[in-house]
Amino acid sequence: MELKEKLVSSFLAFENKGNIDLDSTVHAMRLKAIQNFEKEGFPTKRDEEWKYTSLNPLLKYDFSLFPNAEKSVGFKNVESYLINDIESYTLIFIDGVFSSFLSETTHEDCDVCVLSSALARPKYKMVIDNYLNTIANKNNSLSELNTAFVKEGAYINIPKNTIVPKPIQIINFSTGSEKEVLLQPRNLIVVGENSHVQIIERHQNLSKNTTLTNSVTEIFVHKRAIVDYYKIQNDTNESSLIDSTFISQKQQSVASVSTFSFGGKITRNNLEFYHEGENITSNLNGISILNEKQHVDNHTLVDHKSPNCESHELYKGIYADKSVGVFNGKVIVRQAAQKTNAFQQNNSILIDDGATINSKPQLEIFADDVKCSHGCTIGQLDESALFYMQSRGIPKKEAKALLLYAFANDVVEKIKIPQLKALISKLIAKKLNVQLGFEL
Amino acid sequence: MLKITDLHANINGKEILRGINLEIKAGEVHAIMGPNGSGKSTLASVIAGKEDFEVTEGSVVLNGEDLSEFAPEVRAHKGVFLSFQYPIEIPGVTVTNFIKTAINETRKAQGLEELPAKEMLQLIREKADLLEIDRKFLSRSLNEGFSGGEKKRNEIFQMAMLEPQLAILDETDSGLDIDALKVVANGVNKLKSEKNAVLLITHYQRLLDYIVPDFVHVLYNGKIVKSGGKELAYELEEKGYDWLK
Repeated sequence: MELKEKLVSSFLAFENKGNIDLDSTVHAMRLKAIQNFEKEGFPTKRDEEWKYTSLNPLLKYDFSLFPNAEKSVGFKNVESYLINDIESYTLIFIDGVFSSFLSETTHEDCDVCVLSSALARPKYKMVIDNYLNTIANKNNSLSELNTAFVKEGAYINIPKNTIVPKPIQIINFSTGSEKEVLLQPRNLIVVGENSHVQIIERHQNLSKNTTLTNSVTEIFVHKRAIVDYYKIQNDTNESSLIDSTFISQKQQSVASVSTFSFGGKITRNNLEFYHEGENITSNLNGISILNEKQHVDNHTLVDHKSPNCESHELYKGIYADKSVGVFNGKVIVRQAAQKTNAFQQNNSILIDDGATINSKPQLEIFADDVKCSHGCTIGQLDESALFYMQSRGIPKKEAKALLLYAFANDVVEKIKIPQLKALISKLIAKKLNVQLGFEL
Repeated sequence: MLKITDLHANINGKEILRGINLEIKAGEVHAIMGPNGSGKSTLASVIAGKEDFEVTEGSVVLNGEDLSEFAPEVRAHKGVFLSFQYPIEIPGVTVTNFIKTAINETRKAQGLEELPAKEMLQLIREKADLLEIDRKFLSRSLNEGFSGGEKKRNEIFQMAMLEPQLAILDETDSGLDIDALKVVANGVNKLKSEKNAVLLITHYQRLLDYIVPDFVHVLYNGKIVKSGGKELAYELEEKGYDWLK
């Protein structure tokens, strides 16, 4: 059976499981979404937005849709994927099921808990009704697929005037309890006026089995709120990720998303920002360092709808072996969005002849009094720089790494959590297979 | 210390060096002069091991060891230093981090421990002072946005840090005003000893007023056509190169 058929035919069974007493609006939402997905199906390369990324290699698997969670996962198994040297709230999901044992949640000054309970309890109904699936892009059939099976994920609700004292880590593990597994986490994050939160998200396969994760996150950033969101994508070569993140920002808010892609088989990031007020700042940063046959596709959208807002976008990529990178950065500046400042930059280095980058800046500007710029460079390692460094006694391998490190460094510098910055530096060094005697 | 014998080198099949013979002993300063295109910079690059050049005949021997099979970094570890005519800009790597890495990689290759941070810092300060380099300069990205003079001064700073046995200064005087030239020459002179040697590559005799060579060689069409003492430089300045052809 094809994956699409399997998903559609499993929908009723999923709905009838009835293990959660859900509000009827959620059922209606799911039904609408599965109908949309059934109509649209998985995107193909004929679709302009998927021209450079094919899901075909993934769709051939016989994915288990409702895996049995591996119960024997202990802290020891997952420890190394957590940032342990800081205090944090943690939301840990094992094969799609929340692990209260491994997690640290709170309801004290804010809600850092799970969507399944928010969906089930009347107390949260208003938040769910007001926010859930309100900004997820309905033209994105994969996001619709996620909505059809919406059940579990992070539920984070920060009331106004709250500075969340420690970062929140959301980590989805798969254990290989099934040979091939499809996971569909759904995160809902609402950040009230003047509040501030830092979130780190990671997906990690603990086994050699095949995993496909179709994740959707909706983030609502109210007036003057600040959100720093970090995505660590360093999964195994058997793991693929389709991540769709939708962000709605109110006036004077600042939302920053940094995506670090070092691993995985196929990774597709849909990152969309929608401005709903003036003086908004959106920051989009990314580093991809790929080798072998890894494929990472960063598809971003910033929709400037109001005046006096800015967006800053900086994506860097280092591609070795036969890896493939895609960057598609769309910036819309609507007619009302006068005095917009929108900057976009995509720099890539191709290390080997077999590596590919497809870079496509896409600016649609309908306002006349705006500053918009985009730059795109694709280069190779500078041989003369390598000789220069070698002539000073730095071996070629270290010289290459130093150049690549320096190339990626301005994105690393933007990380606001020191321990995370150290981790990312470490992951980069590991990926480049070198040890440097200092931090840049 | 350095013995070059019948050295021939090609780039893209074109022969640039056509049989160079040169011997440099410890404690000596040699100058190589010659018109544009005579092969001066090629000779410097070949000694340093630039892979674009193919050595077809002859040898470069340092302290009895043939360098031809060694990568540029290995030659550096063995004491060869090349000051570039056009130093390369490396954004994102500070002068300090670059030189730290160079020093420690060299020490590692020589079987030594890394230099403790405190000693490194002290050494950097000492050598920066020698070249009259502002401390702020050390935290800037290597050569990025440096003036011509700053780049050359930074080259000699690195040389001071690495203390090479054989320093090859390729057109170090170009792009320097007279004050900067004096600072750079002063730095080179202070670093000179009985144990090391300097090979100056230059167009003009001007540099040789400040760094006085023991020998001057004229390179023309890939060969050394005349050698002499420092007075040869004055003769060249006066007569040009035509009389040697």
